[in-house]
Amino acid sequence: MSEIVIENAVKQFGKFTAIDNVSLTAAEHEFVVLLGPSGCGKTTLLRAVAGLGMLDSGQVTIGGRDVTYLPPRDRNISMVFQNYAIFPHMTVFDNIAFGLKMRRADKTQIRERVENAAKLLHIEGMLERFPSQMSGGQRQRIAVARAIAYESRVILMDEPLSNLDALLRLEMRAELKSLLKRLGATTIYVTHDQIEAMSMGDRIAVMKSGRILQIDAPTRVYDLPSDHFVGGFIGNPPMNFVRGQVQRSGGAYAVKIGDFTLTPGDELRSALTPYDGKLIYMGIRAEAMEVVTTPTTDTLPVTVDVVEPLGAQNLLTARVGSDILKVSTSPDSPIKMGDQVWLRFPLNKIRWMDVDTGRAITADVAQVLA
Amino acid sequence: MSAQAVQPRLAVLPNERERQRALRRLRLRRAAVYIVAVLLALWILLPIWLITNMAFSTPTAVRAFPKAFFPNPISLDSLTFFINSEGILRALGNSVLVAVTTLVISTLLAVPAGYAIARYMFRGRDAVRLLMLSVRAFPIVVLAVPLAVIFIRLGMYDQPVTLALMHTALTLPTTILVVSSVFASVPYEFEEAAQVFGCRPIQAFATVVLPLALPGIAASAILTFVLSWNEVFAAMLLTSTNRTLPAHILYNLDKSSDPFKFAAAFFMLVPTMIFIFFIRRYLFNMWGSINK
Repeated sequence: MSEIVIENAVKQFGKFTAIDNVSLTAAEHEFVVLLGPSGCGKTTLLRAVAGLGMLDSGQVTIGGRDVTYLPPRDRNISMVFQNYAIFPHMTVFDNIAFGLKMRRADKTQIRERVENAAKLLHIEGMLERFPSQMSGGQRQRIAVARAIAYESRVILMDEPLSNLDALLRLEMRAELKSLLKRLGATTIYVTHDQIEAMSMGDRIAVMKSGRILQIDAPTRVYDLPSDHFVGGFIGNPPMNFVRGQVQRSGGAYAVKIGDFTLTPGDELRSALTPYDGKLIYMGIRAEAMEVVTTPTTDTLPVTVDVVEPLGAQNLLTARVGSDILKVSTSPDSPIKMGDQVWLRFPLNKIRWMDVDTGRAITADVAQVLA
Repeated sequence: MSAQAVQPRLAVLPNERERQRALRRLRLRRAAVYIVAVLLALWILLPIWLITNMAFSTPTAVRAFPKAFFPNPISLDSLTFFINSEGILRALGNSVLVAVTTLVISTLLAVPAGYAIARYMFRGRDAVRLLMLSVRAFPIVVLAVPLAVIFIRLGMYDQPVTLALMHTALTLPTTILVVSSVFASVPYEFEEAAQVFGCRPIQAFATVVLPLALPGIAASAILTFVLSWNEVFAAMLLTSTNRTLPAHILYNLDKSSDPFKFAAAFFMLVPTMIFIFFIRRYLFNMWGSINK
């Protein structure tokens, strides 16, 4: 049993609320990523699970055991730190064996586990070296090896890849993911890199200002952001947001963007009722739009301001009223700067959002409210 | 097009002159910096050279004028005479005893204090730092005279331990600041990692922080030793029969010959020079300019 449950966690530093009543469950074997900008409370939350910073209120349980007030050593967790925290005065072997020695594990067992962990991270030939003789990437590997040699069922990771250069990060990302999957430990992983979060997590918890805005599988967080912030934070380019006015036409609602009209599906009718006559956001991903070069009735005419060839795609920038749209097209698209094109918006790819609160307007929310 | 291509060549000449002038000014500025640096170095080095030179010269050469730049012949007469003089070895023993006691007490107090200042944000932390430094703001006279009175009343006067306590009071602020800068250079993440992997806080300190801080603590201990070794005023005031080396030398100064003085100065100088050479990196660290 190694399920991690955080309930109603609150942590304040003076007047600043770092964690504002957060609840989160990481199921056994699950890989949960805490994603958010700096200062959103993700590291504070992780440290609360590790026991490196006590909560002001709330509860943390690991494997059914209440660990809220236990010191780190009694929680049976391992952790990988942002700056690795590899002890420079110990050899690689002693670093990896550190936790096991503290537990007074038996000598042959220590050797066996350290060698296994080192083999998994491809540093088995370097056990007698000192960390100062190793590169950043290799030190990172020692830190991970130390965490897995400890054989706790919970591994916490605090931006472990943020100090690596881009190429190494890409390599370690895939390697870590497969390694952690094989180990089956429950993992909480903190990062501010949305690509890392998308690529590694079973679920992503997107945090902002001490709260979790959305916790979902990566594809759901990407396709169905529950919040304006989530849509804008995840994805490169971020989700587009264009303001439109809600208008009742007969029994249904339509959204007017300039002269162009979109008709949201019937299931949203009750959800849109309070917005009659008001502005809402139409959120759509850059690759979800269809670009056509001849006008049709269901397309919005735009002028292409910028074309950025990015190799795998050509990114178009267009202006709709005062809002900017980023549209991705195929790299061999003939569209040039200054061209007039028409955009089609598939209704099932659109996420409607409240302009003031930023929350998504969905059929579900309407049912909850009703 | 071709007419225009000729024109820039005409513009080159005044431009070139300006360039030369800028280069000349740059060289002058650099030369000025070097001259000041050399003067500063001479200010320190000439007396040291004079002392060393005289200490290794024959007593006749010391009294001669003008003095030679190199000792010729090199002679250990002055130094042997100095060491064999009445009371020198005893004073040397006292000096070592006082300096070592000061080092031990000072370091034992500075390690916890320095750690607290480096790691914890407690109320009044800056006030504590300032208060410690303010001890150094008083002239030693102000501290030593009342203390001498107190020590006489307590019957502790004229003992090496007493002087060591006085020296501890004088060196502790510096020692604490150096030690705290040493602890601050050990990332807190190390301690946290140790705690996650099974250490109590005190074990984390002992297994991870202390070994990493040890060279720096040793350096601060040496600094303490040197400060005590060189201190003369409190030593004069707080001892009468058990004088330390500098106090003994100062006491006998007007009765001594020139060769004796130079030999004494050289003898006092050497340990300080050697120790400071080894710990200079840590002293720079204290002021924030880390050179690793």
